[in-house]
Amino acid sequence: MSFLNIDNVTKAYGNVEVLHRVDIAVEEGEFLVLVGPSGCGKSTLLNMIAGLENISGGTISIKDRVVNDVHPSKRNIAMVFQSYALYPNMTVGQNITFGMEMHKIPKPERDRKLAEVAKLLQIEQLLARKPGQLSGGQRQRVAMGRALVRDPDVFLFDEPLSNLDAKLRVDMRTEIKKLHQNLGTTIVYVTHDQIEALTLSTRIAVMNKGYVQQLGTPKEIYDNPANMFVASFMGSPSMNLLPSKLVDHNGALAAELSDSNGAAVRLPLSQQGASLRAHLNKNVILGIRPEAITDAEGADKRAQNLQPLRNMVSVTEPAGSDTFVTMSLSGKDCVARMRADADARPRQDFDFTVNMDKAVLFDPQTEERIDQ
Amino acid sequence: MAVATQDTAVRTGRITRTFIYVVLIFFACFYLLPFFIMMVNSVKPLPEITGGNMMALPKEPTIAPWLSAWSTAQIGVEATGLKPYFLNSILMVVPAVAISTVLGALNGYILTKWRFRGDTILFGLMLFSCFIPFQIVLIPMARILGILGLASTIPGLILVHVVYGIGFATLYFRNYYAAVPTELVRSAQIDGAGFFQIFWRIMLPLSGPITIVCIIWQFTNIWNDFLFGASFAGSNPPMTVALNNLVQSSTGVKEYNVHFAGAILAALPTLLVYIVAGRYFVRGLMAGSVKG
Repeated sequence: MSFLNIDNVTKAYGNVEVLHRVDIAVEEGEFLVLVGPSGCGKSTLLNMIAGLENISGGTISIKDRVVNDVHPSKRNIAMVFQSYALYPNMTVGQNITFGMEMHKIPKPERDRKLAEVAKLLQIEQLLARKPGQLSGGQRQRVAMGRALVRDPDVFLFDEPLSNLDAKLRVDMRTEIKKLHQNLGTTIVYVTHDQIEALTLSTRIAVMNKGYVQQLGTPKEIYDNPANMFVASFMGSPSMNLLPSKLVDHNGALAAELSDSNGAAVRLPLSQQGASLRAHLNKNVILGIRPEAITDAEGADKRAQNLQPLRNMVSVTEPAGSDTFVTMSLSGKDCVARMRADADARPRQDFDFTVNMDKAVLFDPQTEERIDQ
Repeated sequence: MAVATQDTAVRTGRITRTFIYVVLIFFACFYLLPFFIMMVNSVKPLPEITGGNMMALPKEPTIAPWLSAWSTAQIGVEATGLKPYFLNSILMVVPAVAISTVLGALNGYILTKWRFRGDTILFGLMLFSCFIPFQIVLIPMARILGILGLASTIPGLILVHVVYGIGFATLYFRNYYAAVPTELVRSAQIDGAGFFQIFWRIMLPLSGPITIVCIIWQFTNIWNDFLFGASFAGSNPPMTVALNNLVQSSTGVKEYNVHFAGAILAALPTLLVYIVAGRYFVRGLMAGSVKG
């Protein structure tokens, strides 16, 4: 059995089921991120692991112990909340040691652990202050200190970075990752930010409407999305999802699209499996990441299947390190991510190169992958 | 041009401000006038009042009326002054305020942080007690006090005031605690704190302003209550009832100076509470009402 085991877990409020048969096994030392739009059930799942919401069906076990009916304080978990939930009437030091005090750990032991954690998080000079006198980043550290000091089996993070400004968020993200690498703790982390999910996790569970849409490593999730929801939710700018038709092109399968003039464009696919062939002459959705569409020089040199595509540029957005170029394909805006100095100009034709190795195909009705 | 415009602006401001202050001072005097009359007449000998002008300052100031009101004036059949009744009021008001405030805080804590099915309905029912007129409950209350064996006792009176006070106290604390993030409670739960530990260590230390509001409100209401005191206190009536007995006595000469002194004595504690904690009152009342 795995370290943290979520087995067939369901959550219902009355007759309304908000979380449907979730199965996730987390190994020791893993950094699992639950990601999804608001209302997808990710925070509910986290609260169920914490014991703050009861479990309607299925079991959750930590270290082979079923914790369904175990009080939050006895599950040996620690949680960092979105608002940090620091006790405003206590000093930083008291905040960090409150949990140990409640567990009747003697004072010398508490002081020793407090000093240890304060040193680790570099908040030694803040211990006598009240939370109201701290900046956002400092509060964040204290909240993590309060979790760390308890030496828990599992850390739970509930959108801990969403109250910070953009720069601080990136810094704290790195810091959380460092902490995980140094301490090797097991972490379950909830966020709606797909960048946080991709950068921090060892595994991601993408959730929507109470279902786990896909569970996998960041690379699996990014390169091989299981369905159109995962494809469009993960990645920024999101994957281009283009309505097209699966056709036979000189004996090989190709996706047929229309360019900005309405003329047909055929892009031969790298995947030629039998399951895909069943969709021949049917409508499919072609998914291509923006970075798979470049100019000829910027294309991935190791790619097997680079296809040229000449189309009119509608908008260019220079973003410093990259330039985002938008064109119209099959009536949809299609974004390409170019080198900063790519020579694309609005309202002019441009020679794109499409890396079809990275292309994925979806069924327009079921929205599921069909090329695997 | 710009300078000229600003000049006019300043002048207009000054006129407006003067007008506002004049009006404010007028109204302040208007409201202070009754207190002035009470104060002035409570330190005059009786002939000066009956033979002269109510508004005039005392010619021979004396504190005898105050001493008389406090310790020797005829209240009902006994010449004890207001002193024992003042004590009755204190014995009634302190426990009643303390108990209703603590229960209100607990109710507010439960209704916001330990929610259960039907909690809003329960809260709505509790609010009824804020709006039910005292007269309606007199007879059922008398019956209940009789059953409990608390009729005509101070503990009985305390019970009545606690029951009536819980509604407002709960309203205050519920609205105040609604603004306290629930994550604090959840965090404390994970830290291993129990129901009362969270209340005692986390919620109560945050409740300063609203506690003061609640205390002022309950203290003023309970201290000033006449109806329950007159109905349920029996032989140990509170200050308000005694004051009425003093002022309404139909025998002998009407000692207006003593009456005035007694009335001020009866009003003094609430005045004191308000002066000491009044600024929190406005602040806390806003916090409770706006964020609810």
